Amino acid sequence: MEKETKFLTGLAKRIIPCLDVKGGRVVKGIKFREHRDAGDPVELAFFYNKEGADELVFYDITASSDERSIMLDVVRRTANQLFIPLTVGGGLRTVDDMNQMLKAGADKISINTAAVMNPKLISEGAQRFGNQCIVLGMDAKRIPGSNPVRWIIHTHTGADGGHSAGLDAIDWAKQAVELGAGEIVVNSIDTDGTKKGYDLELLRAISDNVSVPVVASGGAGNLDHLVEALTKGKADAVLAASIFHYGEYSIKEAKEYLKKKGIAVRT
Amino acid sequence: MITVIDYGTGNLRSVSKALETVGAETKVSDKPEDIVFAKAIVLPGVGAFYRGMENINKLGILPAILEAIRNNKPFLGICLGLQLLFSESEEHGICKGLDIIKGKVKKFEPNVKIPHMGWNQLRYQKTEDRRQIFNGIPDNSYFYFDHSYYVEPEDKNTIIATTRYGKDFVSAVNKDNIWGVQFHPEKSSDLGLKILENFVKLTKA
Repeated sequence: MEKETKFLTGLAKRIIPCLDVKGGRVVKGIKFREHRDAGDPVELAFFYNKEGADELVFYDITASSDERSIMLDVVRRTANQLFIPLTVGGGLRTVDDMNQMLKAGADKISINTAAVMNPKLISEGAQRFGNQCIVLGMDAKRIPGSNPVRWIIHTHTGADGGHSAGLDAIDWAKQAVELGAGEIVVNSIDTDGTKKGYDLELLRAISDNVSVPVVASGGAGNLDHLVEALTKGKADAVLAASIFHYGEYSIKEAKEYLKKKGIAVRT
Repeated sequence: MITVIDYGTGNLRSVSKALETVGAETKVSDKPEDIVFAKAIVLPGVGAFYRGMENINKLGILPAILEAIRNNKPFLGICLGLQLLFSESEEHGICKGLDIIKGKVKKFEPNVKIPHMGWNQLRYQKTEDRRQIFNGIPDNSYFYFDHSYYVEPEDKNTIIATTRYGKDFVSAVNKDNIWGVQFHPEKSSDLGLKILENFVKLTKA
């Protein structure tokens, strides 16, 4: 199902910073070039908006139910003042959980393990809020020695890589889209944190097999990695955390670089 | 007071907060009297066409919407709120719309990824005096879209901007004091706020 999006479209490729939030603070002690520590997600959201981020993702890495209210407050405070798309994920298990986040001001909901456990969550969410609201996050791992190469879905990846769900990544992506997912974030467990680039084969395999936008995640270490994901990997957007958080590159620099490489970006 | 119609779909908070940011007083409401007596009306919304129509009918606010439009109140439809203004949609079979602007709502052909999600450019189809809500915004600027269906007005003269996605589709319309945009100004950063500011100005004209 190859999509010819090259022709007749002005749609820009998106750069999406992802903030891991725990108890209302951004984790991983983010440092900017001026060595200012900024742990407030609302403040960081503003910073990234000013820099030209196309969307933002808040990922609640604790997501115990008693901390949900803290996240709701963060989302509310952000959405009251910031007017770019905001996706929220982490620990949302029911349609009511989704509804609360959307009411607080999120535009999209990202679900991962909960969708594997209960695929109906995708269809119920899509029916109630629309496909465009439901983002499937997937954590995929290469099966060593597989030929042709295959990837398997892992869940509960928060703790030491998680465990196999026994699902083929491409099959799961197709199924999720049929159920109503409007976008897929593809995270490679093998490349995540390596800074050696995204798993381009995985990205391309998913992108060629689904009709919805695909977002690359896990492994970006430099700007060429972003370019590769958007060209060879056929991704529609790149999600990145550390290369922006640690101030190695600014989003502005990234966009200028992509533009120079002939990729359409919003500037 | 600008009334943001609450008919049970989507993120109304962003729309009202964005309007307040550009200096408007807003009220989110599903009451006919708040629609009839408003200075201006915004019909936002995401999600399914049939459900939007169902909710409007259930709330009994259709006569109020038509009355406000008859009285030439500035009216802004956003995304689904734009689509609902049209005669009918092909979403879930054929579904009748508000029929305020003659035309159809169609799904994108599968030669492109659906939904059309992300930042895309507007190309103006009218001179400045026919597109006041875009005052001060350069042609080809980017706005945030998130939709699978687009509108096709019968009267091409209502088209004020188009956007390229597999084909040129209609991304903004105007008829009398009715304005409609397929993208989300409340999610399009500073230029989106500029559109809302221009709309608020219309209410003071």
